[in-house]
Formats: sequence, C-alpha cells, structure tokens
Amino acid sequence: MSAATSPTSAPAPTGDRRFPPVAWMTTGALAVVVIGGILMASYAPRKAPLGVAGGLLGLAVLLLLAVVVTFARLRDFAWPTFAKVFKWALLAYVIEAAMIEFSFVRNHTSGASLQIVTGMLVVFAVSVPTTIAFTVARYAD
Amino acid sequence: MADLLENPVNEHHGPPRAKIQIVPLKGLPFAAAALVLVSVAIATNWTWLLMFSHVAGGGLWTAIDLFVGLVIGPILGRLSIPARAEFSAKFMPAMVIIMPTLVTMNLGSGFQLARKLGNLNAASPNHGWVIASMIVVGIMATIALGILEPANIAVLFEMNKPVPNGERIGRLMKRFIYTAGITGVMQLATLVFMTRIATQ
Repeated sequence: MSAATSPTSAPAPTGDRRFPPVAWMTTGALAVVVIGGILMASYAPRKAPLGVAGGLLGLAVLLLLAVVVTFARLRDFAWPTFAKVFKWALLAYVIEAAMIEFSFVRNHTSGASLQIVTGMLVVFAVSVPTTIAFTVARYAD
Repeated sequence: MADLLENPVNEHHGPPRAKIQIVPLKGLPFAAAALVLVSVAIATNWTWLLMFSHVAGGGLWTAIDLFVGLVIGPILGRLSIPARAEFSAKFMPAMVIIMPTLVTMNLGSGFQLARKLGNLNAASPNHGWVIASMIVVGIMATIALGILEPANIAVLFEMNKPVPNGERIGRLMKRFIYTAGITGVMQLATLVFMTRIATQ
C-alpha cells in the first residue's frame, strides 16, 4: 500500500492522522467543472466547443473515480460521520445544481450541450459534499 | 488524586457548553424564500426581478466577503481563544446558511440577465468583462466551496465535541480567515467588472 493511502502513516505535527489527498482531488474535480462551466456559459447562445468541454468533464469524473478507489482502500475512517454530513450537504448542493440546470434549460440549452452541463452539475453536486464530509470526518474521534 | 482522575485537566469545567446548531433551522425559511424568488425571476424572465436578485445577492456577497476577510478576520485573529470560540460559535452557523444562498441568488439570476441583456454575445462590448467576471467568480467559488466552507463546518463539528482540540480549531480558523481574505480582495475585481458592465 502506498504511503499516501496508508492508514498507519505518521501523524502530522499537530497530532492529526495523515489522510490521502481526497479533498484536493474533489476540489480539483470542482475546479475542472468550473472551468468547463465558464467555457459553456461564455459561448451561450452559440454552441461551445463540446470536445474541450467533454474532455474537462471526463477529467473531473476520473478524479471522482480516483476518490472512490481511495475510499475503498481507506481503513479506520469515521464513515458514520461522513455519511451524516454527506447526505445533508448533498441535499443542499443538489438543490443548488438544480437551480443552475433550470437556468440553462430556461435559456434553451439542449442536446449534447445540455448533457455536458448536466454531467458537470452532477460532478459539482457530488464533489462539494464529499469535500465537506471528508474534512469533517477526518477529524472525528 | 481520585479527584484528579474524576476531573481530567483537559476536560471542560464550569457550566456545560450549549451544543452548536451547525445549520440554524430558523434561517432555512429565509433561504428557501430567496431561492423561490430566484426561481420565479428565472421562470418569468422578468428583468427587474432578475436584476434585484443579482444586485441584492451580489452586493451582499461582496460586502460580507470584504467585511469578513478584511475587518472581522484580523480582529478575530487578535482576540483571546475563548472570545474567538464564542464569536465563532455564533457567527459560523449563520455563514453556513447566508453565503450559499447569496451566491445562488447572484449567479442564478446573473447568467440569465447576461443572456437577456445580450452581454454574452461575442459582439457585445461587455462580453469580455462578463467572461472576466465569470473567471474571477469561478476562482472564488472553488476557493469558497473547496477550502473555506469545509473548514467552517469542520470547526463547528470540532467545537461540539466534549473536549475540542484547540490547536485544530486554530488551524482550521486560520484557513477560513485567509481564504475569506483572498476572496474579499478578489471581490474588488468583481466590483470593477460589474461597474464597467453597467456603464458601457
């Protein structure tokens, strides 16, 4: 097992256990879809270059899959705390993502563009709650 | 000795601390009302309501970011630990409700407004300013959602523990204050962009 995912890694100077960079990966996925969202919005009402936007979405999904793999290898983690925070944060960010989706649909975004925007909003709605829940759960005693 | 074992030195003494409500439930109806307002603005495409949601949400977002980052943050850093903890216990839960609501009000209506007023058209003199403002908002959103908000919520969970880790709270608060300062300074750029767009 790599040092990055080892649950027995040396503790940080403050006494906190070291964890894999989950928050960096989820925030990275968020940053990628934010770039993609700006690209899509900046072209409205024209058609955005879907290859670039799709590539960015693919990169974000890959980062989230890496987080899933990292979670599967994580031992001795406060999963109940993670689940409690994640479900409420997910509810809040699904509402927020739905508002943004509504705005795109109201502005006649359709077809492949809408599919990519929807994919990006799914990444947004999952990555932020994961970052919040992981940050809280890593400090749970 | 028996007394010491019953009352470890790192345990909280005095009256029991009140549990912090991480998401203040009494604030939720206000947040819901604001989201309904934005939904109506988008659905009806009513220019005044879109403008109201955008300006009210954006103005408050900018003002709060600047005030927290450049005024509250430095003051908080100079307070004693108990004073800082007491202030944070009241202040941070309010931010959990207020900030996402203002951001949603501002961005949801802002995109629709830019489209309706033709500012997204490549030929518009405002196109470049709108894109620049989207980039700044994108950076601020990534910092706020990826660093600031998780730190805010983690502090509240830590403070609700029977024996909170002061060092950990200090570290997370530092992260909160620094990122609030960075987004506060970036809000100055947003002010320049928005006033340019309004006067072109």
